[in-house]
Order: sequence, then structure tokens, then C-alpha cells
Amino acid sequence: MATETLGEGLPERQAVHWRPLVDERRLRHKATLWTATTTAHVVPFVAAGAALVAVQPLAAPVSLVALAHAWVIPELYAHRGAVVVRPKAPRAGAEAERVSVGLLGDLIGHEARALHARTGLVLERGALGAWLVGPAGALLVRPGGRRVYCWCVRVNDPDLPSGDRIAHLVLALRTDERGFATVANLAFSGALWRIRRRLPKSVRPALDAGAQAARALDRRATA
Amino acid sequence: MSRLIRMDHTGHTTLAEWTADDPEAVDAAVRAFRAELDQGYFGMVSTGEGKAEQVRDLPLDAELVIMRLPISGG
Repeated sequence: MATETLGEGLPERQAVHWRPLVDERRLRHKATLWTATTTAHVVPFVAAGAALVAVQPLAAPVSLVALAHAWVIPELYAHRGAVVVRPKAPRAGAEAERVSVGLLGDLIGHEARALHARTGLVLERGALGAWLVGPAGALLVRPGGRRVYCWCVRVNDPDLPSGDRIAHLVLALRTDERGFATVANLAFSGALWRIRRRLPKSVRPALDAGAQAARALDRRATA
Repeated sequence: MSRLIRMDHTGHTTLAEWTADDPEAVDAAVRAFRAELDQGYFGMVSTGEGKAEQVRDLPLDAELVIMRLPISGG
């Protein structure tokens, strides 16, 4: 698979020059792989659990263990995805946090500013879908609002105040959305509901707003 | 009045302010901008709603130029 030329995209792409530039087709491909992987983890355990009980009803406890595996493994994957936007205690001082959030507020609109104040995430609409950007990662809700991609991505200075860390990511995303998704590491791709229930309640309104924005993008694309 | 700021541990720091008709201020801003590039920062300007652009030279007509650090996958 040929790597596309860097052109005028994010300069950070040079650090991951071997990665193909993320686009619609590659996102769909990743989604298929994640669904296939989940299925490959779940189906054998469910089948084994059912077969054990069918052959020997006394093996029901072992069957339950197999079913537990079928449930736990996808949960662990979803947990890994949700972690990228889980709130973490700020490392910077209160004044630096306040100043950084003020600058971030200048960069984003009123709606995104209010959502950030409630949830700690910033909503950005892009060509690939609706993004929810946090200090150390981002969620991409695809048009239609049913599938989420969780990306682990951050500025290379963990001691920056949270507003600045988000602003770094927002500016990079606005510069080159596909390059941003290429630089970031994909932690999870799957159904929105799987991520939603792993998020803290305070963050869920951001995912709901992202899903709503993604549905609007879908309607606009099909209009 | 245009501003050059750097996102840093204080939240942000204003590195330079200038107007196009003030050559001394422009010169100081250009020098400050280049010094940040040498430190590994990238210059960013907003180019409309939801859009930004990386700049390699200080755009004198921009209201706000922000210096950011590189990002990477976590």
C-alpha cells in the first residue's frame, strides 16, 4: 500500500510516514476489522458455553465462565477506548488552568465553550464526522452517530494546563483532519453505546452532542 | 493590534504585539516568531470557522498567531 506524499498537511505526519493517510475508505476498513475481531472473540466463547451445557448440563459453571469471557473481552476493548477522554486531575496550577481555558474559549464557539465547561470535551465538526477533543485523546463520531472511533493523541508536554492541551489538538485537527487521525493511535472502534456506558456520567452529554452533530452531518450529506 | 502568543505552562504568554505601521514592533515580532520556530514550535493562525493553517513566516495581517508544540499518538 503506497504512502501518500506529505504535502502541506500536519508536519507531525513525518514522524509516522509509514502510515497511510486516513480517509473514508480506511476508516471503513478499520471498522470492519474491529467488528470482525470482536466477533472472533465473542462467538467461540458463546458457542463453547452453549455446547458444554448441551453435552453435559453439569458443566454449566464452566459454560458460565466461557460466557463471562465473551462479555468481558469486548468490555475491556471499550474501556480502553473510553479511557482516552476520561477526565484526569490537572497538573498545572489553578491560574494556568484558568488562563488556558480562556484561550481555548477564544478559539471555539459559544456552543463548544458551554459543552467544554460541562464535560471537559470540545466538539468540532469535521469532514470525517463529529470530533470530541479532550486533553489526551479524541473521539470521532461518524456521520449517522452510531459508530465511534477513540484516538489516543496528545501534545508532547503532559504538564501543560488542560485548556492548552486541548487547544493544541484542536488547532492540529483544524489544520489537517485526516493527518490528525493518521498521527493519532486508534484505541477502539465500535458502537457508540459501548463507549457511552464506559464514560463517566459527566462526560456523556458530550458524546450525546457529538452523536447529534454526526446525525446532522449525515442528513446534510444525504440531502 | 496583532498578537503573537505561545501556549505554555502559564496558560499562554504574549511574546509580541505589533501593528503593520510600526516597523520596530514588526521586527521584534518576526524575531520572536523565528526564535519559537527554532525551539520546535509551530505557528498557527485561524483561517475561518473550524479551520486553521500552519505558517512558516509571521503573517503580519493576522490578529492572532499561536505557537503550538508538536502532537503525537499516545
